Amino acid sequence: MLTKRIIACLDVRDGRVVKGVQFVDIIDAGDPATQAARHARDGADEIVLLDITATHEGRSTLLDTVRRTAKELFVPFCVGGGIRTADDAAQVFDAGADKVSVNSAALKNPMLIDDIGRSFGAQAVVVAIDARRDPKAAHPVRDAEVFVQGGRKPTGRRVVEWAREAEQRGAGEILLTSMDSDGMRTGFDCELTAAVSEAVGIPVIASGGAGAVDHFVDVFGRGKADAALAASIFHFGISSARSLKEELARAGVSVRLPC
Amino acid sequence: MRVTVIDYKAGNLTSVLKTLHHLGAETIVTDGGLSLVEQAERIVLPGVGHFAATSRLDETGLTGAIRAAIAKGVPFLGICVGMQWLYAGSSEAPEQSGLRHFAEQCTHFAESAEKVPHVGWNSLEIRPDSKLLAGVEKGEFVYFTHSFKGPFTADTAATTFYIEPFAAAVERGNVMGTQFHPEKSGETGLKILTNFLKWTPEATKC
Repeated sequence: MLTKRIIACLDVRDGRVVKGVQFVDIIDAGDPATQAARHARDGADEIVLLDITATHEGRSTLLDTVRRTAKELFVPFCVGGGIRTADDAAQVFDAGADKVSVNSAALKNPMLIDDIGRSFGAQAVVVAIDARRDPKAAHPVRDAEVFVQGGRKPTGRRVVEWAREAEQRGAGEILLTSMDSDGMRTGFDCELTAAVSEAVGIPVIASGGAGAVDHFVDVFGRGKADAALAASIFHFGISSARSLKEELARAGVSVRLPC
Repeated sequence: MRVTVIDYKAGNLTSVLKTLHHLGAETIVTDGGLSLVEQAERIVLPGVGHFAATSRLDETGLTGAIRAAIAKGVPFLGICVGMQWLYAGSSEAPEQSGLRHFAEQCTHFAESAEKVPHVGWNSLEIRPDSKLLAGVEKGEFVYFTHSFKGPFTADTAATTFYIEPFAAAVERGNVMGTQFHPEKSGETGLKILTNFLKWTPEATKC
């Protein structure tokens, strides 16, 4: 049986793992290669490394980080942040990533999705969408808006519509982050996740808001997510993917165990 | 030990190479060096992407060289599209023929309410005499990402269920293939690749 994936996410800045709360406060949480290996050993089904380094000098640091992280990692490894061209993607693949995640650059130039997909296969392209509900809209979920630049800039595009376009252009997966929930540990935005998951035929990874096991049960059920991303829940030894999955299994969610 | 890895410019080879290195293998990558295939001790044909990309194997003459190596008994492992290529062809690119080592066709998953591609960790039902999957327990998980698949036949070494049962692995003598990605399948995947690296004709006889 196909299992629900628990994905460990490492936000990386200047070669160090950091964790932000609602995209703002930053806390140092260690070396990416060490953290990734630990998550894989602790049962994570996949590792996502999101580079939030803003500077140009950070690019070469990132490739070095990817190389070091990929070296001893034998589970799927996705890298995002700062990938603007198919050539940027090629460098990240060369360094050992299996997938790249594109966000702002794909909104600016949607052909980027087609380009990377053509060269490396749809399975290698994850389109990351930072979403915020529009509380003033008649349908806050249906009208949820896509934001870019680390959640700072609204695009005027609707989340569900952009997810559909990404799929048509050859994206292999959607990584949906609810900015309303991110870092709050109050649960995923299940309604928004379900709306996107029902609109596309490719897997949807839910992100933002994980703080308890019930939140995962909820997003795999009501939220119709195929995978869920957890960052803060794993840091500082609060929980491991394995213990999370054992509890999910007890709640009737199909997960990879033993792992 | 030395492994010749075939590059047909369909996606990246880094993951497969680094995993083979981790297991102590030396790798030689070729995108058309026929002599490298003729002298190969073991061959791995990775593959992510579209079945049409395998046309490059015909254009470069690698198809013939691989067929000859297989006939000589060189251990061969095809991964994902590399496994599908062992069949007669795939409905993903009907004009492109495969190696025809296995007579059947690969097809798209049947229409259903489930999502396609099939992405993620799914479990294996293993044929007990499989050498490739020796030591892998029933129900162990491996990582898949694909929309097309090979049918269940006498050459199927393991099946997986998604929408329908399909060939997760094939094996006939020295020719082996996995629909899943052993290089991305944690400890289980490393065990499977180790089995391939240790495979000898003698091991098959006993």
